[in-house]
Amino acid sequence: MKNSKNIQFSRRSFLKASSLAGGGLLIGFNLFTACKSEVKAPIDLSKLNFNDFNAFIKISDEGKVTIFSPNPEIGQGVKTSMPMLIAEELDVAWSDVYVAQGDLDRVNYTRQVAGGSQSIRFGWEPLRQTGATARQMLVNAAAARWGVDPSECTVKEGVISNANGDKLGYGDVVNEASLMEVPEDVKLKDPKDFTIIGQEISNVDIDKIVTGKPLFGLDYKREGMLYVSVLRPPAFGQILESFDDSNARSVNGVKDVIRFGEKVAVLATSTWAAMKGKKALTANWKQDSPAESTEMHDEKLLGLLNGNSFETLRKDGDVKKAFSEADEVLERTYESPFLPHNCMEPMNFFANVTADKVELVGPIQTPAGTARRIAKMLERDESEVSLEMTRMGGGFGRRLYGDFAMEAAEVSNLAKSPVQVVFSREDDMTDGIYRPAIKYRIAASIKDGELTGYHLKEASVNSNMYGLIPNFFPAGAVSNYQVDAANYKSNITTGAWRAPYTNFLASAEQSFFDELAERMGVDRIQLHLDLLQKVKGTTDERIQYDPERLEGVMKLAIEKSNWGKVSEDVYQGFAVYYCHNTHVAEVADIVLENGFPVVKKVTCAVDCGIVVNPLGAQNQVVGGVIDGIGHSMYGELTFKDGKPQSDNFGSYQLIRINQTPQVDVHFVESDIAPTGLGEPTLPPVGGAVANAIYKATGKRLYKQPYMNNLDLKEVIG
Amino acid sequence: MSTFQLNVNGKTQTIEADADTPLLWVLRDHIDLVGTKFGCGIGQCGACTVHVDGVAQRSCLLVASQLQGTEITTIEGLSENGTHPVQVAWKDVDVPQCGYCQAGQIMTASAFLETNSNPSQKEIRNAMQGNICRCASYNSIEKAVKVAADKTS
Repeated sequence: MKNSKNIQFSRRSFLKASSLAGGGLLIGFNLFTACKSEVKAPIDLSKLNFNDFNAFIKISDEGKVTIFSPNPEIGQGVKTSMPMLIAEELDVAWSDVYVAQGDLDRVNYTRQVAGGSQSIRFGWEPLRQTGATARQMLVNAAAARWGVDPSECTVKEGVISNANGDKLGYGDVVNEASLMEVPEDVKLKDPKDFTIIGQEISNVDIDKIVTGKPLFGLDYKREGMLYVSVLRPPAFGQILESFDDSNARSVNGVKDVIRFGEKVAVLATSTWAAMKGKKALTANWKQDSPAESTEMHDEKLLGLLNGNSFETLRKDGDVKKAFSEADEVLERTYESPFLPHNCMEPMNFFANVTADKVELVGPIQTPAGTARRIAKMLERDESEVSLEMTRMGGGFGRRLYGDFAMEAAEVSNLAKSPVQVVFSREDDMTDGIYRPAIKYRIAASIKDGELTGYHLKEASVNSNMYGLIPNFFPAGAVSNYQVDAANYKSNITTGAWRAPYTNFLASAEQSFFDELAERMGVDRIQLHLDLLQKVKGTTDERIQYDPERLEGVMKLAIEKSNWGKVSEDVYQGFAVYYCHNTHVAEVADIVLENGFPVVKKVTCAVDCGIVVNPLGAQNQVVGGVIDGIGHSMYGELTFKDGKPQSDNFGSYQLIRINQTPQVDVHFVESDIAPTGLGEPTLPPVGGAVANAIYKATGKRLYKQPYMNNLDLKEVIG
Repeated sequence: MSTFQLNVNGKTQTIEADADTPLLWVLRDHIDLVGTKFGCGIGQCGACTVHVDGVAQRSCLLVASQLQGTEITTIEGLSENGTHPVQVAWKDVDVPQCGYCQAGQIMTASAFLETNSNPSQKEIRNAMQGNICRCASYNSIEKAVKVAADKTS
């Protein structure tokens, strides 16, 4: 069994430090190849420069510290929590730390990716080593000046003391420290000595956010920059036959209209002029590949579930035999729709392509991969491409894909001008890279009151679950176990959406287990605990989850939610899940108001190891739960004639504050290395809500969005 | 192109823009006040909320040239240095995740508290329901509005 605390970090390949021209110490850990995990990333980001890592510290003569946060910030809080790891081991007061966003830096930083809830997990060791190494060099410099052994020195909040009571601040010795030999073996703190990790630290950008300072991609401006609005094929599968730009060119402020590929860019001196110019374009489109519809997707996916074109992803024992010998087989089909990401900040990017360089600025989860693709597209050397990351108005997976940055680079290259491509909300929703529609069929066999077989089939659009998922619960707990997958290739673009695959699979499986326990006539919680018991001590290296940790979050959620002890008018639904290296259990409390089920509260128990920043962690957990409820209740993008049937928030429902339950969060106390929180609380909540609704109404829910199934106008309030 | 004057955050600004330009884009592109955010352009998300004569309005739906003679306040003008009780509450509670929608949330909340200084939970939820937070920081928003109300009332 893999345990998330066992990531192995080999010795660093080299470490460097240098004096800064303006005074101060610059220390950089180059950890190329140094922090490869034995566990693969949960989603296929292999093309995104995934494996390596490093970070930078700057110390001024005044003893102030600038920490560069290497990874993209999409609202998951790493711009605060990653520098906390460095500051902890550096032994400085957090109030003396200024955090800056690192730019794309191929030499000194690696794995500059926001995805898969992996930033903290991969950063835990190397970032602390970076801080500890810098601390040791500063101590060594002070000890040399005093003529004492470094081991006689202590540090508190950036002040070094010796046994004689002499004191020197980091700023006093920073220049000497930068000339010191870099220590090879530094000791990291015992978690019980942490003074920053585990403290509630506010978002480092909070002052700028609440006063409206420029931070995000759309806030970026450059002298002479033209704003670009792009006319896109209105339906998937269409290509551009012809267009007429005469009216567009007469719009005040429109400077140019340029065709690129199947799209037309309108360049103007303001966003509004660009948008008006786009509206004034007329175009003829031709259907070049099938015009698909939701009905067609339903038919194709159900056809796949009924067919034999599966690839088997995991097979234990003999499911077929178990089913044929069973007293009873329970089989259910669960269905989910396409989902757009709907980041609040629509897609956008700045590009300035000139003869000697390619400048890119904007919100992107994958800066390195995107810069590489743009270099290739423009046939430029990668060293000519620079990328500055802005804060992102949401990511949720959409900003893993640099299509919008490539558009900006292509248009800038054609127009010979700095440009900012701005998606309208309609562009953002209808030219998306969606969570694909997926259907699951789950069957289980019962023999003599025992669960003897479990068969999960996935039918998905374009791609299937990543290779780790078949090793999630209940893999290892059922002796006859099989996971099969099949997909239908569509011309609708699809990709990662917060907690890919598990975002619906967890709901499906946790709903299924609820019904299965009822059918077996056993307690739903006890069924899970009994199954987990069978996995304890397993020698199966493929199993991803830790049965003890799943049991731990279950017990915590049950205790904190008063499971089974609430008043008669409260209906509780339970779900437990492991994904993204984190274990989560959730209980949804529902009441009936005027006959409608209303989610009042969700109790969420989380085991993510050490909680680095409880404030940020709480925000991620609560946000994931509410996001999960919103999308499982309301989220749905349908297609007709290749065209998305929603294009803005008037025709697409996102959860709002008056539909939101209170989320009660409890973390398992732990001294195990931390794992991520951006995704893992989202997947199970759909199951918890569906199970609670069943208790309240007697109706099982098999298809998301649940609201359509309930035929109710208002469920959550 | 037309020329008109707007009073934004207590300063008179002379704007040259097409007469139909929404206030949102005048603020962002013409006078560099980018704190007011573009989210949907159809008044459904609240990211672009500003105060016009003290009332919360969606700036994407307001035609700027028709706002002469009004007092417009954006997030940049809500207070000196982020000291408005709602901004302070937002910091105390650490509301933002991505942060993009929060200027609009703060503008809606601050106008609301001028009309109801001691709101119930239900009143807070009703008042804030026009503002979408895609990160779903709604529990924290609710708490921060209450904190701000308690401080001011």
